Amino acid sequence: MQPVLQARNLVKHFGRVTALDGADFDLLPGEILAVIGDNGAGKSVMIKSLTGAIQLESGDISLQGEPIHFHSPIAARLKGIETVYQTLALSPALSIADNMFMGRELRYSGIRGKIFRQLDKPAMEKFAREKLSELGLLTIQNIRQAVETLSGGQRQGIAVARAAAFGSKVIILDEPTAALGVKEGRRVLDLLQDVKARGISIVLISHNMPHVFEVADRIHIHRLGKRLTVINPKDYSMADAVAFMTGAALPPELESGSTS
Amino acid sequence: MSKLTQEEADLEASLSSAPTEVAEFAEQDGGLIRKAQHVLHQNPALVPLIVLIVSIIIFGAILGSKFFSPFALTLILQQVQIVAILGAAQSLVILTAGIDLSVGAIMVLSSVVMGQFTFRYGIPVELGIVCGLICGTGCGFINGWLVAVMRLPPFIVTLGMWQILLATTFIYSANESIRAQDIEEQAVLLHYFGTKIPFAGVNFTYGALFAVILAFGLAYTLRTTAWGRHVFAVGDDPEAAELSGVNVKKTLISVYMLAGLICAFAGWAVIGRIGAVSPNVGQLGNIESITAVVIGGISLFGGRGSIAGMLFGALIVGVFSLALRLLGADAQWTYLLIGLLIIFAVAIDQWIRKVSV
Ligand SMILES: Nc1ncnc2c1ncn2[C@@H]1O[C@H](COP(=O)(O)OP(=O)(O)OP(=O)(O)O)[C@@H](O)[C@H]1O
Ligand SMILES: [Mg+2]
Repeated sequence: MQPVLQARNLVKHFGRVTALDGADFDLLPGEILAVIGDNGAGKSVMIKSLTGAIQLESGDISLQGEPIHFHSPIAARLKGIETVYQTLALSPALSIADNMFMGRELRYSGIRGKIFRQLDKPAMEKFAREKLSELGLLTIQNIRQAVETLSGGQRQGIAVARAAAFGSKVIILDEPTAALGVKEGRRVLDLLQDVKARGISIVLISHNMPHVFEVADRIHIHRLGKRLTVINPKDYSMADAVAFMTGAALPPELESGSTS
Repeated sequence: MSKLTQEEADLEASLSSAPTEVAEFAEQDGGLIRKAQHVLHQNPALVPLIVLIVSIIIFGAILGSKFFSPFALTLILQQVQIVAILGAAQSLVILTAGIDLSVGAIMVLSSVVMGQFTFRYGIPVELGIVCGLICGTGCGFINGWLVAVMRLPPFIVTLGMWQILLATTFIYSANESIRAQDIEEQAVLLHYFGTKIPFAGVNFTYGALFAVILAFGLAYTLRTTAWGRHVFAVGDDPEAAELSGVNVKKTLISVYMLAGLICAFAGWAVIGRIGAVSPNVGQLGNIESITAVVIGGISLFGGRGSIAGMLFGALIVGVFSLALRLLGADAQWTYLLIGLLIIFAVAIDQWIRKVSV
């Protein structure tokens, strides 16, 4: 099967720090790929380089088999790749609706939109409200509320809702449930299944092993700036995965060839 | 392991029976002060508006008809118009968490270009004015490019530009003015913004009218267009804006260019105000515009505030300086009080921000 998104030999340094050391990446059509790894393993840097938020030193990326190079996150978005960054990328002083539509605002039709460039706020607010309700974020009372007045989990919910609403090919989520409550975390997992059912591929970076093992079709284990291996969650236990991730054990295919 | 652990299943068992409507709460009664804090957080222009009204009432009570005379109001408007136009440019830049120390210098250079192109090279005055406007926009582009692409701090860039443009103005104009009389005879369009509209004894000018229309236009643009939202997003957190799909460089450059264009209009207006084209005007333009912006409640940290607030800020400064002059006070008292107002405004800004944390 041809991967939707594929990367080979990604290299990135920050001064003396090696963030990506020849990392590979494969995302298959319609799958949920979990990416796990220690803090600082280079997971966030990898997905940022895939979406054009960081420029690589070397490496090849292809989207649906075609070589591609994104100069900015906007370029990736135009190709149907939506991302929830670990930092969420929300503008604190702006409203929920403003944030959801940042960079792809809806304008009124006719002169109001064409000449006066007026934004269709009612439509944007209605859409935002629907998406938040789908996610079960019912504790948000006012859709015009500034994002800075929301709780950390509510903010995370908004970033997830935004990505899920607009992604058409690939959705990447960097620790989307870290700050969420039990109910909201569950909703995000359900939402991922819905999104997957629409045929969209998903990358889920998470430290929550039960969540990862519940939803992932395959698990990409990242260690020291590169992909260590990809496992099937049905073949391994969480303890195995954690052992690979931390370096306590080596996956079988590497064990045979290694000297250690 | 693909199933939920038992514990987790129990934990989530009750979720299906959780309510599904948007939560609602009775409006809580948080006391008058908290409520005020909240209202001010929503409408940052209210503080300067209240200060403006209170100061008008106080000065009006002390000075009586002297203060409300057509003469006094004309003077305030004349004085405020230039500061308000420059303040509009300054507001845009400060909303992006920048600062523009070159607004005054761009204004003067543009007005000198308008005058000299028309008189020295004999081109039609309309074309001369267009050249001045292009000159202002170009200066803004250089500022914006250095800030957005070269990533230099706005303070340093515009400090440098201020000196460069000022020197250019003096060198180019050879420190010579164009007399009002010559303009009146040969290029009266340069005086356009000085055109008077008498109303109830007060002399409004096109310049003052322009300042108000400009402020409303910008306020509308910032609130209801995508570009306006992007300006706020860039000022708030440029990295988040970039990641969420805003072209930060383009937005920044467009802001500085628009600011430059507005400064060039101020340059045109200043010819109408003083009559002549002089390289010696507007030396305090940057400080006065920053003062109006800060008193107007626009946060120097970017992303917060409104153009209406800036307009009130400019009027407050105008009212104070005129009232104190009418009271026969030493001009230093004006500066002293305005200094206090600036610190007061920033303190209020910090207090309002606390509502969100
Ligand atoms: N902007 C940056 N500047 C300098 N170094 C960076 C930057 N971003 C990441 N790094 C470094 O790159 C390495 C990988 O970071 P990355 O954020 O990808 O880790 P991660 O796997 O996402 O960890 P976590 O699970 O904690 O999110 C770290 O050593 C980090 O210090
Ligand atoms: Mg990370």
